[in-house]
Amino acid sequence: MVLQKHIRPFSDIISIIFPAVIDPMTQFQPKAVALISGGLDSMLAAKVVMEQGVHVEGINFYTGFCVEGHTHAIRKKDRNKPKRNNALWVAEQLGIKLHIVDVIEEYKDVLTNPRHGYGANLNPCLDCKIFMVGKAKQWIQDNGFDFIITGEVIGQRPKSQRKETMPIVARESGADDRLLRPLCAKNLPPTLPEREGWVDREKLYDFSGRTRKPQMALAKQFGLVDYAQPAGGCCFLTDENYSRKLSDLWQARGEKQYELDDIMLLKVGRHIRPAPHFKLIVAREEGEGRFLQGYKNRFTHLQPVSHGGPLTLIDGKPSEQDLELAARILARYSQGRDAEMVEVEATQAGQSRFFKVPPMKPHEIPAEWML
Amino acid sequence: MDAVTPHRVDARGLLCPLPVIRLQDAAKTLPPNSLVELIGTDPGILNDVPAWCRINGHQILESREENGEFHVLLKLGE
Ligand code: SF4
Repeated sequence: MVLQKHIRPFSDIISIIFPAVIDPMTQFQPKAVALISGGLDSMLAAKVVMEQGVHVEGINFYTGFCVEGHTHAIRKKDRNKPKRNNALWVAEQLGIKLHIVDVIEEYKDVLTNPRHGYGANLNPCLDCKIFMVGKAKQWIQDNGFDFIITGEVIGQRPKSQRKETMPIVARESGADDRLLRPLCAKNLPPTLPEREGWVDREKLYDFSGRTRKPQMALAKQFGLVDYAQPAGGCCFLTDENYSRKLSDLWQARGEKQYELDDIMLLKVGRHIRPAPHFKLIVAREEGEGRFLQGYKNRFTHLQPVSHGGPLTLIDGKPSEQDLELAARILARYSQGRDAEMVEVEATQAGQSRFFKVPPMKPHEIPAEWML
Repeated sequence: MDAVTPHRVDARGLLCPLPVIRLQDAAKTLPPNSLVELIGTDPGILNDVPAWCRINGHQILESREENGEFHVLLKLGE
């Protein structure tokens, strides 16, 4: 026994010399792609596997709803805050490559027809996970990688990260046992990377439940600080206000469809819908006004001329009467809100006309118009 | 295209991370050491593009703001 303790198998000696799991005979080093959201869990998951000598690269999917940056870029008050793309930041901290993939078009079907339904808001988390892991599966096939890493933890999210959903994601994405969740792997059956010895199951984790403490302790152990901690999730679809505006858009159009511009505009300005066939998007401040300027040639738009006031886009098909109503609403947000009359220029298909209107009083705008 | 004319990536009107995605996709089609000029309107470019360059071993040669547009000139790595 004592002797056995001191004579290490050849593979052990090799693994001391080469901490990476490079097979000395074949020079095979396993390669994994990690789904990087920019949050802590996916960062830790990648790090845990990198520590075992696997070559890891990151992949990040841009759906159009990702929290990354947009409103920082738009709102003036946020402009001076240090802003970073968390996925890029994570990749830099880990010293790995990051592939950002534009999935805006393909994601439309995920969001409008989720087979597993929505979460608390319009977040189709389970279908979203299946879709992203499926895309990662395609990516590893195309790029000669061996397996996929996610930062999922059983029980972390009540709907999408449960014991029952773990095999669903693996199966429906087509990744099957090439999908490794290092943070909760010990609570799941061994996957291919574990069975093949590409990673040591003993050095993986058994996190479960909603607590964040084990992740924070592991981050500390790895010396990782200053990581992002998004409250709701990784995208705007978990946000109640945002989801309300999106379902209003679908309802107004009579179908569940959208373009990138639509979902960008939902992040900007005050949205006011006085009637099913049109709504106003009123800039709340200078930065938003500048952003909306970029859209004004494609929309009917209003601007006060007798007083300072925000640029307002009209989404839909307003009649003459509707435009007058919109001018009154806009006047309420202009510097002439207490004036008797405010003059507003309305531009539709390049043609301008002017309305002199009394600003609406705040109590005259029904609460249900405000989205 | 001659050696000194940078390949232009026009990302005006796009919000981050789309400019980086456009840059990344252009870089895939270009040979090493190519010069690329990214033009965009989202100030986030000034953070995201340098981070992307550091990760991928590319080098920023110049970045400037001109009439509300951001120009970043970079040289792709080996
Ligand atoms: S929060 Fe958004 S990006 Fe994250 S899994 Fe859910 S739907 Fe997908």
